[in-house]
Amino acid sequence: MAMDYGSYVRRRFLIGLSLFLALLAVFMASLSLGPYKIPLGDVVRVLFTGGSGNERLVVLDIRLPRIVAGILVGASMGVAGAVLQGYLRNPLATPFTMGVSNGAMFGASLAIILGAGYTLNSGQIFLSNPYAVVLFAFLGAISATLVILILARLRSLSPEAIVLAGVAMSSLFIALTALVQYFANELQLSAMVYWSFGNLARATWGENTIMAVSFTLVFAYFFLKRWDLNASTLGDEIARSVGVNIERERLIGTFLSAFITSVTVAFVGVIGFIGLIAPHSMRLIAGGDYRFLIPLSALAGALLLVSADTVARLIVSPMNLPVGVITSFLGAPTFIYLLVRMEGRR
Amino acid sequence: MIKVRNLHFSYGRGEVLRGVSFEADEGEFLAILGPNGAGKSTLLRCLAGILKCGGVRILDRPVTDYKPNELARLLAYVPQRISAGFMTVFDTVLLGRRAYMGLTPSKEDIAVVDSILKRLGIGDLALKRANEISGGELQKVSIARALAQEPKILLMDEPTNNLDLKSQLEVMRLAREFARDGGLSIVVMHDVNLAIRFAGRFIFMKDGKVMADGGLEVLSEELFETVYGVRVEIEEIRGIPVVLLL
Repeated sequence: MAMDYGSYVRRRFLIGLSLFLALLAVFMASLSLGPYKIPLGDVVRVLFTGGSGNERLVVLDIRLPRIVAGILVGASMGVAGAVLQGYLRNPLATPFTMGVSNGAMFGASLAIILGAGYTLNSGQIFLSNPYAVVLFAFLGAISATLVILILARLRSLSPEAIVLAGVAMSSLFIALTALVQYFANELQLSAMVYWSFGNLARATWGENTIMAVSFTLVFAYFFLKRWDLNASTLGDEIARSVGVNIERERLIGTFLSAFITSVTVAFVGVIGFIGLIAPHSMRLIAGGDYRFLIPLSALAGALLLVSADTVARLIVSPMNLPVGVITSFLGAPTFIYLLVRMEGRR
Repeated sequence: MIKVRNLHFSYGRGEVLRGVSFEADEGEFLAILGPNGAGKSTLLRCLAGILKCGGVRILDRPVTDYKPNELARLLAYVPQRISAGFMTVFDTVLLGRRAYMGLTPSKEDIAVVDSILKRLGIGDLALKRANEISGGELQKVSIARALAQEPKILLMDEPTNNLDLKSQLEVMRLAREFARDGGLSIVVMHDVNLAIRFAGRFIFMKDGKVMADGGLEVLSEELFETVYGVRVEIEEIRGIPVVLLL
């Protein structure tokens, strides 16, 4: 029997390894593909020796930061979704259902109407003060969750009530955004809409460094708390019986999930569905054990987002589609398929 | 081992526990009986430290003073309703070792879980997902998890509810063995005759108060009349008292 369990655990490692290899393959393909094709051999050479000229520019300065951003954003959203679904015991929970995306949209819109503004440049819209927009988007994103958590702390809200409070905060921010948009002029309005399309190309090495640090710290925390998450899925009473301070861990976990998501949303905008599809597909393949679900959701999220972004770059090449459109477009039917599969298993 | 002194508790308005006092020691198998709404489950949750109640001392220390992990090694609680989760049976039971583990389960943790699954006769379910097994099997998994905590005190809330006759007997034997091995079993239950067969001591509760506390000698037809408001006859069959509903 102990042997069986050992091989069961090893199988989970193999799933992780295959995901990692798949991510590596997509990473290399994504570096190589695009309007300016670079053979794989050359990509490897540029990666290791720096290369020169156009190759260096395209691989290291244009594609690499964007792909790294895809990995970080995808991994953050995968982990954040997995953790929230565990602590709130709700399969639909993601930071976006806690009002993070609508809060960010409101923050960004507010910054734009207050003068972080826009410049028209050869038909494209550029934000004239992107840092203000990023800061406001982050504050908007995290504020919804903070309000909910303060309420939860004061009134010891149940997981269900936390989810419902998230829905309420989302609606509030949608209304506030509509209000801001109502008073915006045409150019401001198009800057807001443009911002709302998630786009990984916004990330440079500076943003990637911040996302990498926040992701690594939060990931490490959740990985240490993996047994607490397992306990949470069985209900608060069992969690407490096995020694988990479940109220505290739920608040910390919810905050940290919202935090890493807010960081990524502030930098690259709203990219939907990764936080739902990554954890749920892994639950289906590898089971609900958070020891594996946390790293696997990170890998799956990264793989999904980098793949989607590669498709977004290629599909109407040389133009770029916003990756958020692709993830939602492919995400919605995939998610429905997963739901049907899971129901079949009950 | 457990001392409860003048325990009061309310969930808001209306007191659920109104001055409960009793003591229980190692080696005892204590059944808590009484009608719905008597406060039995609330009392058990107070003992388990799940509800913050003043007036419960375990090993001469208020239960609210224990750190979560310390308490998890000292007592285990099996709630009435269990959600299954998506983990395997083995991992669900392994969760009981959380308070002992470092970052990963040791060989000993795995061995403890292994032997408990075998003891409860659910070894063949180990790698099944907990949401794919029957209600009775899930109940056993929950009990197995509690035993994996290697507690000194085992608190179970209506553990025989979803079980067939054979499994009911198995669970009750287990609770009795746990007490014989030097532990303290406290079980909330409804089936009076099952309780009589296995438990050594009975606490009858009504409206948040203890109505009777003791061994077989406290069982009387009047007691059932006052506690449950039903008429019964108590007869002995092969020396064992049996409560007949009239």
